[in-house]
This record gives sequence, C-alpha cells and structure tokens, in this order.
Amino acid sequence: MSKRKMPALIDLIEAGRPVEHHAPWRRAMVAPKTWNLAVEQLAEGRWSMLGLWGEPEIVHMALLDAADIGVISLKCPGGRYPSVGQLHPPALRLERTAADLFGLSPQGLPDTRRWLDHGQWGISYPLAAGASAARSQAPTTASAYRFLPAEGDGLHQIPVGPVHAGIIEPGHFRFTASGETVVRLEERLGYVHKGIEGLMAGSPVERAARLAGRTSGDSTVAYSLAFARAVEAALGVEAPPRAVWLRALMAELERLANHLGDIGAICNDAAFALMHAHCGVLRERVLRAGDAAFGHRLMRDRIVPGGVASDLGEAGMAAVLSAITEIRQRFPYLVELYDNTASLQDRTVATGRLKPELARQYAAGGYVGRASGRDFDARRSPGYPPYDELAFDVPVLQEGDVNARVWIRIREVEQSLSLVEQILERLPDGPISVGIPEPPREGMALDGMALVEGFRGDILAWLRIGAGGLVERCHLRDPSWFQWPLLEAAIEGNIVADFPLCNKSFNCSYSGHDL
Amino acid sequence: MRKLLFESLIRPPLTEPPPAASDAAVDELARALDGAARMRLGRSLSIRAVDAGSCNGCELEMHALSNAFYDIERFGIRFVASPRHADVLLVTGPVTKNMREALKRTWDATPNPKWVVALGDCARNGGCFAGSYAVTGGVSEVLPVDLHIPGCPPPPVEILKGLLALLDGVNAGTGAGRG
Repeated sequence: MSKRKMPALIDLIEAGRPVEHHAPWRRAMVAPKTWNLAVEQLAEGRWSMLGLWGEPEIVHMALLDAADIGVISLKCPGGRYPSVGQLHPPALRLERTAADLFGLSPQGLPDTRRWLDHGQWGISYPLAAGASAARSQAPTTASAYRFLPAEGDGLHQIPVGPVHAGIIEPGHFRFTASGETVVRLEERLGYVHKGIEGLMAGSPVERAARLAGRTSGDSTVAYSLAFARAVEAALGVEAPPRAVWLRALMAELERLANHLGDIGAICNDAAFALMHAHCGVLRERVLRAGDAAFGHRLMRDRIVPGGVASDLGEAGMAAVLSAITEIRQRFPYLVELYDNTASLQDRTVATGRLKPELARQYAAGGYVGRASGRDFDARRSPGYPPYDELAFDVPVLQEGDVNARVWIRIREVEQSLSLVEQILERLPDGPISVGIPEPPREGMALDGMALVEGFRGDILAWLRIGAGGLVERCHLRDPSWFQWPLLEAAIEGNIVADFPLCNKSFNCSYSGHDL
Repeated sequence: MRKLLFESLIRPPLTEPPPAASDAAVDELARALDGAARMRLGRSLSIRAVDAGSCNGCELEMHALSNAFYDIERFGIRFVASPRHADVLLVTGPVTKNMREALKRTWDATPNPKWVVALGDCARNGGCFAGSYAVTGGVSEVLPVDLHIPGCPPPPVEILKGLLALLDGVNAGTGAGRG
C-alpha cells in the first residue's frame, strides 16, 4: 500500500489482524506502521478521530473516513506507542488520560502533564493491569501543575475555579488577559473524575448501564442509549420496534429540554433575563412531560440494554402532546424576541468565533460543529433506527459565533418538535424489551460499539463483554472532548466579560469529560 | 417584546403553592440542630451550591428551582455567588478526591453559623460511585452534614421541601416546623 494512494480506512483494517466479534463496525490489531499511516491521514485532515482509549498495554483509536467507521488497536510493549497527538492535536488530552489511567506512554507526545490525575487518588495508573494499588505514589500538590506561559508587557492572569460562581460543574480556567482582552485561556479539568470506567470493569451489564446513565446528567438518555446499543451490538440482539421508537422519543425530549434551557441561559449570560424565564417555563414543561410519560423528569434508567424499562401509556402520550403543543405555540414568539432585540444581538453576533477549519480538525460534534460548518449528525450518518424512517433536517451554519450556536439550537428545537410528533403518530405496538442472551462462553469476548447523537453531539460507547456476561472494559467518549479545546481557541481576542456567554454557548460537559 | 410582557400581565401565574416541609427532613434536623441555631436566619437562606463530583443531574434540578413554577426566591431562599455570602453549602456528588480540597476550602470560606446539605443519593454515601479509587464516598466523609435530600436527582419539589424544613428547623431550634 503506497502512501501516495491515499488509503481508505477499510484498507487499513484489512491490512491488520481483524478482531472477531466486534460489531457493528470492524476492529483490527495493527502494526505500528499502519498506526502511523492512520495518524498521517488524521493530520492531513482526510479522516476524523472519533475516540482514543487505552487498555493495559493496548491503545485503541476509532476513526471516521467519510461515512466509514473503524477501530484500530495497537499493542504497546512496555506501554509505549507512537503518539497521535504530536501530529494530530485533538488526541492530546485523550492520550494524557490514557497515560494517567493505564500508564501508557505515548512516544513524542508534546504535552506530558497529567490530565485527570491531580495526584489525589493515592494510586497511579488505577486501571493498569496487576496490583495497581501497590504502585502508590507520593501525592503531588495541585500547585505543581504548570500552566502554559503567556508572556508580554502588562499581561495579567485571572484564575477561575474549580468552584464557580453559579450552579455549574467544577473546573479551572486560567485566563491571561491584556487589559480586558483574553490573550490565552487554558482549561484544567478532571475535578469530577469519579472513575466510572474503573467501576464498570467487572460489573454486570445492569450495573454498568446505571453508571453509563450517570456519566453526564443532562445526557442521561443519550448515554443510556449509547451504552444499550453497544451492548446489543456485542451480544447480537435487537431491541423490539416499539422500544426503538420510545428511545427516540426520549432522546428528542431530552434534546428539547436541553436546547430550551441553553437558549435561555445563553441570553441570561447576556443579562437578558426575560428570555431565560420564558425558556425555563418551556423546559419545565418538557421535564414534566417526561415524568408523566416515563416516570422520571430526566428519564434516567428508562433505556436499558434490550429495550426500555417503562412503556408509554395514554396519559403519558397526552402529556407529551400537550407540552409539544404549548412549545409550538409559544416558541416562535421567543425566536422573534431573540431576533429583534438589538442589545442582545450586539452581545452574541461575532462573539466567540470558532473557525470552520478547527471544527473540522477536531471533528467537533453537535451545535459547536454545526455552527462552524461541520455537517455531521450521528442520527443521519452512520445513522440508527428509527431515524432512517423519520424526516428531519440537520441545520448547518458557517459563522461559528455565539449567535450561530443559538440559531442551530433554535432550528434543532423545531426539528425535535417535528420528530416527536412523527414518533407519536407512528409509534408501533408490541413488546418493549427482549431478554439479554446467555453470557458468552468462557474465554470468549464480544465487543460492541455505538455512536449516538446526544443534544451536545455524538457520544461514542465501546465495550467488551466477557465471561459470565460481565463488562470487561467500557469506554464512553463525550462530545466535550473535542469541544473543550476549541473553547480555548474561540475565546481568544474576546473580552473576559464575554467568557460566560461563550462558555454557555459551548455548554461542554465536565462530568462527561472527566468520567 | 411588548406583546410578551403584556401577555404576562394578564396570564395567571404559573407558580405553584408551596409544598409542606419534608417530615423526614424535619426529623433529621431535629437531631442535627440545637437551640443555638434559633432565629439566626430570619426566614432567609443564602445557598452556595458546590458540585463535588455530581453527574450534573442535581444541578439541573437546582436550576429548575428558580423557574416560574417553583420560584424559590419567594421563600427568601437564594443562590449566592460566593461562600462568603452563604448560610448553607448545598453539596452534590460523591465528593471526588480531586474536589475534596476545594470543598474544604469552600467550607472554610463560609462564615459561621453555617449548615451543610448533601443533595442526591451519591452525596449521601457515594451512591453508585462508592468504592471507586477516585471518590471519598459522600459529603459526610469531608464535612459535617446537617441534612440529606435523597433522590437521583431529587425533583425540585423535594429539594424545596428539604430546604423549607431546614429554614423552619433552624428557626424553631427544635425542628418542629410545619411538617
């Protein structure tokens, strides 16, 4: 295979040793040379990276080549492997994470600072093989973290967090400003690292599903869906049609609730409280409809491997319809209000601009990518049922500013309203779950994978089910991994006072990122 | 905008009648609080929310408390931006080890008298995250907790009940509120 020929992802997978029982996309163990070839494709912008995660002595990378998805895996003797991040920066934090958790050591990685490990766990490499607890380390102090330098006359630093002023998740932002203008923002995350992947390893599927649903609270439906679909792919089962449609109904309600909340909150960060109040009412209507329909305001633990946990009754359906009707009626006035308020537009237009090249390089999902020209939605491609039977548009804008991210959300609210109506109209009858088959035989492992569109972007779930039906390893990749670094770029040259606005327009997850 | 504002004048309010203070919370507080806390707050409560590792679910429901349906400020309860202004730390999450120090410092920055409310199932004992190398296993591992509000996440009305119980309990000293 010559480099000049521009290999397709499928060539690379076929050049490696394919892994049995990996569904629905293929995975292959590859040689370092093939690994490097893939990194080259990423660096040259031909492919996108969907994820990178570790296991003891192995590193995996999920890749997207046009509409084709595949995973390549590389053995890392002594933990060493050629760094992806040295040529393709979106991999940097993922590689630092794999280093923290598994003791992998990416060769050539330009940034070797610890990422999730703040020196507080009492152990190093908690997920590495063997007696990891024995590898205790001297706790390092938080101040040992070296922030990247920014030098020049009259620059000053503003440290913010981890405890923020509002009701927000914790994380640290280090601003360097020249007067009011941000010269550099550096994020430090990892404060809410709970060790979810460690807890999942060796857990029964039911317990792991509950953990997946608690990875990022605002996306509990999307995470449960991604996890369930990965389990079903691994075990070769399919959820019954009614469950598939109910899952989509929950996913769209979750998207509606979050987008409505975000639109209001972004305006609130521009001191326009009226919008916040009205959007808050509509959001509450959706949460109450979710409660009436499925018995939980956030619909947590309602999607389970094999189907859904609660059926939709007449009353629930009426509650959802009534919420949708109210939003259909009131939302257009709010859109008009947003569009016609010059003082608000003055804050959002041209603020926090994210260049399309960066969105493409980082394969930024959700409204962050779509507001900067990246036309990607996992519901459409690779796609999953029932969206192939539903009509919806994927809005895309080029401007990449706060205003564009608001408009993408507005358009997606409209799309989700239509999707909910279509689903309610055509909801099939039948059972809502199937049994999970017998666990694999001793010594046999089944890998499964899923890519699901949450409100924030595409969530990747990858897992392996081993003997006894236990989850051997599960990795969940939040869309925020590829959005957080872009916030650093988008804020540059803006004033410090516009940071809340920019930050809210990204609305990245801390918990989903920190795991 | 004029139309929206005008409509708001003639539409009936969405705000719902206040819930009764939670019985369970009142009982818990009766044990936790002594007479010294009596009448300290004058029916007003300033809350500093601290996320110590939650999944963000509890935060969403905390936000909901400020919407038109629950309108928490009508009870004199408000969320403040600094622990220096707070009477109560409302702590969520299993308290990750990476947040332990920040939580302690937030507590140190809060003036006396102060109370700690642990919100959500994982704030009680780590919940489904208990046993992880990365969590301490609940707020009480780090700070003295006066009240737990259970749920995953607790719906806004349950949070409200718990906080009203705290208000009543603190003011009555004995915890004999309206429960």
